Amino acid sequence: MLEALSYEFMQNALIAGILVSLVSGIMGSLIVANRIVFLAGGIAHAAYGGIGIAIFTGIPIFLGTSVFAVIAAIIMAFVTMKQKENIDTFIGLIWAVGMAIGIILVDLTPGYNVDLMSYLFGSILAVNREDLYFMGALFGIILFVISFWYRNILAVSYDSEYASLSGINVRFFYTLILILSALTVVIAIKVVGLILVIALLTIPIYIAQKLSSSLYSMMMISGVIASLFTVIGLWLSYSFNLTSGATIILVSAVSLILFMLLSKLK
Amino acid sequence: MQVFDKDFLVLIGPNGGGKSTLIKLILGINKAKKGSIKILNQSPKKSFSQIGYVPQNTNVNINFPIKAIEVVMMGHNSNRPPLFGYNKEEIEHAMSVLKQVGMEEFAHKKIGSLSGGQRQRVMIARALCANPKILLFDEPTSSIDTDGQKQVYELLRELNKTVTVIVVSHDLSVILEYATKVAHINKKLAFHDLGSVRKEFATNDTHICEVELLQMLGRCKC
Repeated sequence: MLEALSYEFMQNALIAGILVSLVSGIMGSLIVANRIVFLAGGIAHAAYGGIGIAIFTGIPIFLGTSVFAVIAAIIMAFVTMKQKENIDTFIGLIWAVGMAIGIILVDLTPGYNVDLMSYLFGSILAVNREDLYFMGALFGIILFVISFWYRNILAVSYDSEYASLSGINVRFFYTLILILSALTVVIAIKVVGLILVIALLTIPIYIAQKLSSSLYSMMMISGVIASLFTVIGLWLSYSFNLTSGATIILVSAVSLILFMLLSKLK
Repeated sequence: MQVFDKDFLVLIGPNGGGKSTLIKLILGINKAKKGSIKILNQSPKKSFSQIGYVPQNTNVNINFPIKAIEVVMMGHNSNRPPLFGYNKEEIEHAMSVLKQVGMEEFAHKKIGSLSGGQRQRVMIARALCANPKILLFDEPTSSIDTDGQKQVYELLRELNKTVTVIVVSHDLSVILEYATKVAHINKKLAFHDLGSVRKEFATNDTHICEVELLQMLGRCKC
């Protein structure tokens, strides 16, 4: 592992992995606490449409996917607020339609270009400097927004009825949480991919939830745990030549099982 | 109907009779079609900061990772909150209201680890946090056991020394012990001042038979 770190691609992979772990620890806590895991999953899959658009029009992948994912998040927020009774139906709908748009647009793009699997399952070793800058910028935005509006986000997440009575714009903050989730998904694309991101947004958080008494500490602990999983997963995938995203997820899952067994024994 | 400073008003009535609607009117969620509601001579929307509201269901989001004190601090409505986090005065004030409801030692406990009655107190502390003139309770005892109920009502009596208390309740039997005014809502509103009736009726700790109570309230034609 140590000699591997002398390669630039490995350094980039490590930085990207830790960046993604921290952001998914923070946003995952918010997503789990708000019980919108499947909403976030829907946005993650729908974001594939953004990849299709980016490939079709030739704009940078990160940019195309960010814009598309944010639009999907806003539609998701709007629909779930209007159609409270049918939330699951609409999540499934947006989930599939977004992916379908992506697939069709890739079909329509002349010539075969990119390895699509890498967007679905991640390709952490292909992260370059430019990707890192983009991921870092998104991370900065998410961090700033959450710390700036932490109180309101906390109030809306815990008790939205009371929050709205005390004059907080619940719809705005609900939409904001979904938009931030969308950006998180985009950051995670290169590392674990669109499909596996949901595991990174839930497994470390589940463990952290048992160990923390506030949302803030849950975010911190999740970030640390996720980083640990990512580094171990990355090392295993490098040593045994496995797909990094899937390795990270399996490391997390095995750790979760161990954690649950240990807490049972106590 | 008029409610004055330091009254203890209880709203009773059957389901669907309009109790919740009245609460929504007071809180300014709904607008009155006829007539008007003035709270401290202002319209309800403007006066929310004067009302401390304790909702019926205090078991929302039990698993949410949040400390009791953080829930209380949601009650703060300063116009200029600090840019990040909470400032020192807010934390001190939150601790002092937690003390008022006897929950200061639980301030850093996770909300989900508290009992129903304890959680109710935390919600009352949240309502007290903004220094309201009126406290409004929607079924304050619906989710806790009898012992807890008595404690909550004792607490309400204590708080009633400084603020006006309005309680929506099904629990007729406890009303007489604590209330000074009763309003019965079933589409129409019947309003009783309990000051005069109470003298005829020695209340002790035992629960009062609801039939007797209704008879007694029926006797005065207001």
